Formats: sequence, C-alpha cells, structure tokens
Amino acid sequence: MTMPYYASPEQLMRDRSEYARKGISRGRSVAVLTYADGVLFIAENPSSTLHKVGEIYDRIGFAAVGRYSEFESLRVAGVRLADVRGYSYNRRDVTGRVIANAYAQTLGEIFTQQTKPFEVELCVAEVGETPEADQLYRLTFDGSVVDEPDFIVMGGQADAVTGHLRDHFRAGLDLRDALMVGVRALSASSPAMSGNGDGGLLPATQLEVAVLDRRRPKRAFRRVVGAALGSLLGDRSAGDATAEQAAEGATHAHTPSAPQPGTPAGLGDPAAPDTAGGTAGSGEGAGPQPGPADGEGGGTDGGADGGGRSS
Amino acid sequence: MDGLTQSHTGRSGFPPAYLDRVGSSFTDFLATAAPDLLPSRRPVPAVNAGDLTPHGTTIVALTYADGVLMGGDRRATMGNLISSRDIEKVYPADSWSVIGIAGAAGIAIEMVKLYQVELEHYEKIEGLTLSLDGKANRLAQMIRGNLGAALQGLAVVPLFAGYDLDAAPGATPGRIFSYDVTGGNYEERGYSSVGSGSLFARNSLKKTWRPGLDGDAATRSLVEALYDAADDDSATGGPDPVRRLYPIVYRVDAEGAVRLTDDEVAAVAGTITDERAAAEGQG
Repeated sequence: MTMPYYASPEQLMRDRSEYARKGISRGRSVAVLTYADGVLFIAENPSSTLHKVGEIYDRIGFAAVGRYSEFESLRVAGVRLADVRGYSYNRRDVTGRVIANAYAQTLGEIFTQQTKPFEVELCVAEVGETPEADQLYRLTFDGSVVDEPDFIVMGGQADAVTGHLRDHFRAGLDLRDALMVGVRALSASSPAMSGNGDGGLLPATQLEVAVLDRRRPKRAFRRVVGAALGSLLGDRSAGDATAEQAAEGATHAHTPSAPQPGTPAGLGDPAAPDTAGGTAGSGEGAGPQPGPADGEGGGTDGGADGGGRSS
Repeated sequence: MDGLTQSHTGRSGFPPAYLDRVGSSFTDFLATAAPDLLPSRRPVPAVNAGDLTPHGTTIVALTYADGVLMGGDRRATMGNLISSRDIEKVYPADSWSVIGIAGAAGIAIEMVKLYQVELEHYEKIEGLTLSLDGKANRLAQMIRGNLGAALQGLAVVPLFAGYDLDAAPGATPGRIFSYDVTGGNYEERGYSSVGSGSLFARNSLKKTWRPGLDGDAATRSLVEALYDAADDDSATGGPDPVRRLYPIVYRVDAEGAVRLTDDEVAAVAGTITDERAAAEGQG
C-alpha cells in the first residue's frame, strides 16, 4: 500500500481549495472593469516589470493574481496558443473563449491530479465591436470558468473591493471615471493605504494600468504608464514621480524600450535581473523615455510577501 | 458557462510544450509543438520546382534623412506569363520595420507571415521589442532554413529595413539589410535592391540617391528606380494608370511604419512619366 492513511476525496479537495484560497488572498487585488471604449485593467502592483496584466492577442487581454511563476507560465501558454491558432487559421479565429477554455482545463487538471494546486486566479478579457460584445471570463484555481458582466475583482480583499465597486460602478463610464472608480475601490481595501485611513488613493507608482481599447486597429492592448497615467488619475495621486516624464510616447502602442546609450543591442542592464533581458522601459507602451518611475518600482512583490508570491 | 464547449486543445488543456517556460521565439516553439506548420520542415521533391509558383520581382529600399523607404512593383510572373498584376510584396514586419520579398511567392508570403508572428510573439512574451540587429539576424536564420528549397528553384530573397531606435545620436536611424539564399546577412549603405530588375533599379538609384535626402525627394528617387527597372526588365511592372495600380511604398520613420496612399504614389509616378514624355522619347 502506498497510502498509509486514508483521506476522503472530499477532505483532499477541501484542503487543496483552502490552500489555494489562502495563497491568493494573501496578495494584492486586481480589478478588471468594462468602460465605454473597452476593458480596463487595474492592478495594485509596485513592480513595473513583473506584470500582472498582459496582452494575449489582438482583442484579448489577461490579468492574474497569486503566485507569479505560476500565472506567468499560464500567460505564456495563452500567448502561444493564440499565436499558433492565429497563424494556422486566421487572426479573427482567436477568441477569448478558446483561451479561457484551455486555461480552465489546464487548471482543473492540475487541481485534481497534482498534490499542490496552482495558487492563481485569472481573468481573460476580450473586447468586442460594441460594449455588449465585451467578455470577461474569471478562472479560478480549480478550473471553474465564469462569464461575468461589468467587472471582476480577484485576489487580496476581493470581497471588500467587489462590494465597493457594486455600489459605485456604472456601465458605460469613460476611461477617466472608470479608472477613478476602480482605483478608489482598490485603495479603500488596500493594506498599503490602511495606515492613512483618510480615503487617500494609491499613487501611480503602486498601480499597473492597461486597457483593451476597441477603437484601436488590430492590437487593442495598451499599457497606460507614466505621464498619461498621472494625468488620468488627476493631481491628487499623480505624485511627483510622473511629473518629469515626457508625455509623448507614453501611450504609444508597441513602442519598444529605448536602452541607455552604450547598451549592447538586445541586452539590458545586468544589474537589474528582473528586466527580462531588456532595460527598464518595460516594453510596449512604456515609450522611449528614461522612466524614473520604472527605477522606483523595481522593488518586487516577492520581497514584501516572501518567496515568489507576487501579491 | 453556457456555450462553453470543448476546444481543440482537448480535455487536458494546454499540451506540456505550451507550459514549458523556455524561449520567446515562435519559430522555436512551433518546431517542438507543431513542426508541420514550419515552411522549412517540409520536404521538397528532388526536382526543379521553380516553375510551380509565381515569382515576385523587384524591391527597392533607400535611407533618407528621417528613416527609410521601401517599395516594390506589383508584378508576379510564371515563366513568360504575368501571373499577377496587383501582388503586394512589401509588408510591415512590425511597427518599426518592413520586409520586401523577391523570389518564389508562395514560400515568401508564408515566410513573411511567420516572421511577423515571430516578432509580435517575442514582444508579447518578453514585453520588449527585439533590437533591429536582432530582427535582421532572426530573418537570416529563416532564410537559411529554406536553402534546400532554394536549390530546387524556390529561392526567397528578402530585403529588410527598419528604423533603429538604438541608433547613436547623429547616425542615420534608417538601416537596410540584404540577404542571400544561404542566409548571409549584409547591411547596405544608403540603398539596395533585390529581384530581377534590381540591376536597373540600382543603377537608377546610383544617379538619384544622395545621403540625407528629404522625404519627398527620396520617394521620387524610389519610384523612379522602380520605373527604370520596369522599363528594362520584363518581369517588373511599371505604374499602371489604366487599372490604377501603383508601386507599394512604405515609409519607416520615428512615427513607425506607414504605407503611402495610392494617391501619393500615383502623383509621384505621374510626375515622372510626364517628365519622361516631355523628353520626347529619350527618357
């Protein structure tokens, strides 16, 4: 006999769920909201290189909470599936439903067959031609997939943030209003802001913001960083970190990083191991700017929460 | 969860190769996950297959003050026949680079498609764009993979050009790379051309191109080179006012890669034909 003690399947599943839930709630929250022109991702994330939000395909975005190494490998798998499908069929044949399905099946299999479940919760968002066609899929650690309207909150104090959003969210907000609603909801429950207790908002350096904008041709995903984010957040929370950043370029799609002069092509600063072989510009959307905020955001979640857990 | 049905990925979700966090190259990934999709993995019968697919002809690229221009005529030929009058042979590779192709059209277009996905895939996985030299080198490896087919008459010879965001201050930001069928990768100074009419196009550029041309002069120089190629090479098509078909011209500058509208190119081509006509048949 390989099993010295008997544990009922119910008990096993319950233990795994509890383990995964604990891991996910330890981190910080991510909110995904629909707005008039698409889908808005807001993550509380002090790191500017270890992203919680990413691009999967032309009209499809990804957001995740939990253990960074686990959701990063799922993000890469999603990009690969989308690109293989788009290459072998047509770009229009890549849908959020296909990606969400693959995630659900993979997560479900890992949950039932492996000792340690993935401590992640994912959102796959797809932007359509009209607001009615936007799709938000929530995927949990056990492989369940739910198609939710309006908004999704994951990780950290998700229930509190959801409650706050339920009171303040309205469909069809413009980008600035949707961002304010989302940031207020995250700030109200953020452990980083609890010391203030005065209803302050998270500063731009603590936020990772991106949109899927239906008005953009082809690739809808765009990061909102630097001065563009500061001006959207208004003066109160723009802070001094973004003031000196060049406005132009900050919102360009697919703007590559601009390495410092003298950097060999394709190689980043070896002193910054988290830049994935590039400089601090953090790739598309970051714009050709020196990026002072990038340097400040270098502290990763791993340090704060211990281990590889990216809040 | 209504409406969620099984996708082609099967019951177990992602195959193991998809979850393997190694590499950011789409081509390398396909080689393990779906090698049949790679053009270079398909066996080519050991006969000359050169007359099975249309051949694209002349591509011209030149640098100018703000970046680089690339243009191509619209003709594809099969032996003595014109198989297409409106083929497009210049494509944007990504936001900051363009690729033009001469040679076996079927393989070349598939290669461009793969190359576009390759660059975008890297960008999404790494969150960074490849350097211009990295892009040029990656293309060289893809051409090298096609050597077997090239020896049986299905050669693909691209021309690659882009705006170098890492260019040193004072250096020209537009750069051009040419290739040979073995994957040799050569950076060109100023201008270059590939395809059957390249000899004539290059001779034309030799007289009209100068360092630091402005955008309008550079566009004229490029369209004129294609006109001269079409004048002397039967496989290169000239401007076709009857069908309103004009060369495809892409401009890559600090704003990214943009295709010039047909009206812009038609105006330039019209000026050139008018001037040549005014020279009373000596143009």
